[in-house]
Amino acid sequence: MVALDATQSGLAASGGVDPQAFVRRREGLSELDLMVRGATCAGCIARIEGGLREDDRVEQARLNLSTGRLALAWRGAPALAADYVRKLGRLGYPATPYEPEREADPNREEEKRLLRAMAVAGFAMMNVMLLSISVWSGGLEMSETMQALMHRISALIVLPAAAFAGQPFFRSALRALRVGHVNMDVPISLAVFLACGLSVWETFIGHGQTYYDAAVMLLFFLLIGRFLDMRLRARAGEAARGLAAMQAATANLLEADGRIRAIPARDVKAGDHLVLAAGDRVPVDARILEGEGALDGSLVTGETAPVTAKPGLDVWSGMLNLDGKLVLEARADRDNSLLAEITRLVEAGEQARSRYVRLADRAARLYVPVVHGLAALTVVGWLLIGGEVRPAIINAIAVLIITCPCALGLAVPAVQVVASGRLYREGVLVKSGDALERLAGADTIVFDKTGTLTEGRPRLVDADGVPDGALEMAARLARTSRHPLSRAIADAAGMGEAAADVKEIPGGGLEAMVAGQRVRFGAARWLGIDAASDPHTEAWLVVGNDAPVRFCFEDRLREDAAEVIAALKARGCQLHLLSGDRAGPVEAVAATLGITDWQAEMQPQDKIARLEALKEAGGTVAMVGDGINDAPALAAAHVSISLASAAEVSQAAADFVLQGDRLAASVVAMDVSRGAKRRVLENFGLAAAYNAIAVPMAVAGLVTPLIAAIAMSASSVLVTLNALRLARGGR
Amino acid sequence: MSVLIWLIPVAITMGALGLAGFLWSLRSGQFDDMDGAAHRILMDDDEPLPGKDTKSDD
Repeated sequence: MVALDATQSGLAASGGVDPQAFVRRREGLSELDLMVRGATCAGCIARIEGGLREDDRVEQARLNLSTGRLALAWRGAPALAADYVRKLGRLGYPATPYEPEREADPNREEEKRLLRAMAVAGFAMMNVMLLSISVWSGGLEMSETMQALMHRISALIVLPAAAFAGQPFFRSALRALRVGHVNMDVPISLAVFLACGLSVWETFIGHGQTYYDAAVMLLFFLLIGRFLDMRLRARAGEAARGLAAMQAATANLLEADGRIRAIPARDVKAGDHLVLAAGDRVPVDARILEGEGALDGSLVTGETAPVTAKPGLDVWSGMLNLDGKLVLEARADRDNSLLAEITRLVEAGEQARSRYVRLADRAARLYVPVVHGLAALTVVGWLLIGGEVRPAIINAIAVLIITCPCALGLAVPAVQVVASGRLYREGVLVKSGDALERLAGADTIVFDKTGTLTEGRPRLVDADGVPDGALEMAARLARTSRHPLSRAIADAAGMGEAAADVKEIPGGGLEAMVAGQRVRFGAARWLGIDAASDPHTEAWLVVGNDAPVRFCFEDRLREDAAEVIAALKARGCQLHLLSGDRAGPVEAVAATLGITDWQAEMQPQDKIARLEALKEAGGTVAMVGDGINDAPALAAAHVSISLASAAEVSQAAADFVLQGDRLAASVVAMDVSRGAKRRVLENFGLAAAYNAIAVPMAVAGLVTPLIAAIAMSASSVLVTLNALRLARGGR
Repeated sequence: MSVLIWLIPVAITMGALGLAGFLWSLRSGQFDDMDGAAHRILMDDDEPLPGKDTKSDD
């Protein structure tokens, strides 16, 4: 699995997941599925599987390198799960448990069906070519009887093969016709049927030329295109599910007898009592029963300042507990939590987006009446000139066969597969082929602030201004804590030793004895310091009786944010900033980056309303965001981009997911999308040129089965080669 | 030309065998992990090769 970066900040927060909740028992064995990060080579497979098999109790350890999934089975207690996960961590491959899908994935089934159809069509094509070529080349020497025999054998191979391999097209064409539409599959099905029908008639009654090879060749090339398209979607879906699985949520259920048991978050029922340790996310909407501290709601609301937790406060699923242990009472189960509300808004947005008509379908709308009109004209023309029915019908069928959108069916999927493969290497996950088309057309780009343009967590400002030794002293305490301000200190100081016996006072700070001195690090109020400024962006260090030292923090812009904004402006995009945060920080970010159009304190509904207004004004809107509160807006935009550290629901709603949290990849995505669109249009051009040559020949009755075979395969190879140019990075 | 009576069925049967083989390997999950299969061939077997004295005569 490519580019699943171990540095994703969002994953650090899910480190508290208890793997035991995901263990399944079967026939005395405990089974667990794990998502392993960082495995890329044979050595990794050997280390992971070998390392786990060192334990005699492990019955099975098999890593799928393509998906990064490890299937593990062992004899013994489920509690061993945690040991194995720790062992993997020690080997250098952090692993997260996940719940495998219960039912077969429909995309995967469809993919296999297409592959089977492709195999059958390929087999039939090769064997029929064997016969057809001998008929074409041996035409004069071969006796009439021998030709008839060859044709009969061809019929025997092709008719069942076409009936099997053509099913995806026949079914889709029938579906379209039933609702009164015409799609690309209608002329395809018609061409296959007519080619087979004409050939059967010629074999048994007419003794003329047959088109068996053309029928299966058409199916083979078109199935390649169809399969590539499906494969792209299945792979993106798989990777997206992998990302979601790594954010697997568990909850610690507090039972009536006081025991604590880890369960998957979706098994939580309203009224359950849950224990939330520092660093855990709130699994479902809940109310605080006991405990005090601070909660980080930035992923939920976009606000950077933590919420003060106290008994009686309602908290939302997705919030992060920063310090102190909390006891919660679930107010709703997982499906009725805030997340579910957001999901409904997302679905509404996605429905609106499904009205987008793909380029290929737009081409089909134009193409079908033209081709069928031409075929009808051919019949009429030949009847008027010659008056004979047989050549008129044969030529009309030749027109339909030769214009069958082989190249057109390959033109778009081939480009999209190459483009998304290139983006995959650049660390961008593409969810669907038409997302590339939509991004290519985007002219208005809307950014979220927290976590998208900024890093979404505080960073120490002015580390050089802090007195010598103070930072290291603060870091000794901070390394033991998961509070964002402590993390920021620990990041700034780098690796080092941590103080022993550090006490974390919820809502206050950290306290420890270092070298006989009492050291405290935390909020001004707790330390009794009179400070008027915002308590969430500063912390104080007091060593013994020395004067307190002040540390300032800010949510820093991503390193590449300015560069990305400039690059997008250079590409002629209009930029907007919509944030759920307060006006002050939003204005500061907008001013620094030179975004003139910004709005603060936006609720998810407000963001959607703003996007709709931009759409009304005629823009093609791309949304870039990461928070749960952005998910509805991501779904409502024409096209959307999210980051790997984003909330699960946002990644699900977005068309592109940037791995490794590099915002600069969005510019690459834009460029590749635009390049892909150009390639698609070029391929349409090539297909049109091919038809401009082939159709007049067919109308004139000059096309033989040999010419049809050469022309169709040549045009398909040509568009595929043109698509491959995209892989080399050319535009 | 009468040899064709044999050759054509033989050619088609061989093609059909290939197709059946492919469909079987698809069904038995051999295409589920393309990257892993490519790498697994490079992995060393942990067992040492059998020595001369243990080798069975063949």
